[in-house]
Amino acid sequence: MSDLALTPGAARAYHLDHEPHPENGTALGFWLYLMSDCLIFAALFATWGVLGRSYAGGPGGAELFDLQLVAINTAFLLLSSITFGFSMLQKQQGKVGGTLGWLAVTGLFGLCFLGVELYEFAHLIREGATPQSSAAMSAFFALVGTHGLHVAFGCLWLLVLMIQIAQRGLTRENKRRLMCLSMFWHFLDVVWIGVFTFVYLMGVL
Amino acid sequence: MSAHDTAIHHDGHDHGHGHDHDDGPHSSLRGYMVGFVLSVILTAIPFWLVMAGVITHRPTAVLVLGAFAVAQILVHMVCFLHMNGKVEGGWTLLSTLFTAVFVAIAIAGTLWVMFHMNANMMPAHGSHADHPSGAAPHGSP
Repeated sequence: MSDLALTPGAARAYHLDHEPHPENGTALGFWLYLMSDCLIFAALFATWGVLGRSYAGGPGGAELFDLQLVAINTAFLLLSSITFGFSMLQKQQGKVGGTLGWLAVTGLFGLCFLGVELYEFAHLIREGATPQSSAAMSAFFALVGTHGLHVAFGCLWLLVLMIQIAQRGLTRENKRRLMCLSMFWHFLDVVWIGVFTFVYLMGVL
Repeated sequence: MSAHDTAIHHDGHDHGHGHDHDDGPHSSLRGYMVGFVLSVILTAIPFWLVMAGVITHRPTAVLVLGAFAVAQILVHMVCFLHMNGKVEGGWTLLSTLFTAVFVAIAIAGTLWVMFHMNANMMPAHGSHADHPSGAAPHGSP
C-alpha cells in the first residue's frame, strides 16, 4: 500500500514523467534558427558560385586576395572557438572568474578577426575592387560581409552576456544564454570553413 | 485531487526540477582539444596545398579542398557543437540533415541551372565568331 500513498513527492514524479515538452526546448529552437541562418549563407554561397569568376575585366582573385591575411584570420577564429570551449568548461565547474576570463579572450580574438577583415576590405576598396566594380566583388562583399556582420553581433552579444554574468553570476538563465552563444559562435566558425575554402583558396586558383 | 493541485502549485514555483540540461550537453577538455588539433590539421593542409602551389588544376582543387572542408565541418559539428543522435531525442540531427540536403540542392541546383543558361547565352561558335555584327544579336555574357 505504501506505493499508492498520495504524497506530494510521488505526485511530482508522476507529473514529470509525462511532461509534453522536450527537456531542453531552447537548444532545439536556437539550433533551428541557426539552420535557417545556414540557408541564408547557402544562397550567398550559390551566388558566389555563379558570379565568383565575373570580374568584369578587373583584377581577379589571384591578384586581390592575400592568403596570408586569410590564414591569420582563420587562426583567430579557430582559437576563439577553443577559448569559448574553455569558457564552457569553466562554466561547468561553476567558476565565474574563469568563465569571464576565457569569454574575454574569445571576444578579443573575435575583435582581431573583425579588425583584419575590415583592413582587408579597406585594402580591396583602395585597389578599386569595390562592391560596385563587378558581379564577383558584389557576391564577395555580400557573403564575407554577412559573415563579418554575424561575428560583430556575436561580439556584442558576448559583451552583454559578460556584463550579465558579472552582475548575476552563473544563474540558470545565464547558463542557457551562454549555451546559445556557444552554438552561435561555433556555427560562425563552421561557415568560415566554407568561406576560406570556396572563396579564398579556390578564388586564387 | 489535492495531490494534483500540489503538483501544479509546485510547478509554478520551481522551474528548476528536471531541467538540469538547460545549460547544454556536458563537454570535456579532451573533446575540445581533439577537435582543435584536427581542425588545425584540416585547415593547414588546404592552405599549404594552395599557397605552396601543389595544386594548380582547378577541378582537382574543388574536389580535394571540398573534401577537407566537409571533413572539418564534421569535426566542428561533433567536437564543438556536440552533435549526436541523442541530443533532443534526435531532432537536432534530423533538422541538420534536412538543412544539409536543402543546402546541397540549393547550391548544386543553382550552379547547374545557371551554368547551362550561361552556355546557352554564349554567342554561336564557328564562323560567326569573327564577325562582331553576326554575334551581337545572340547577346553577350
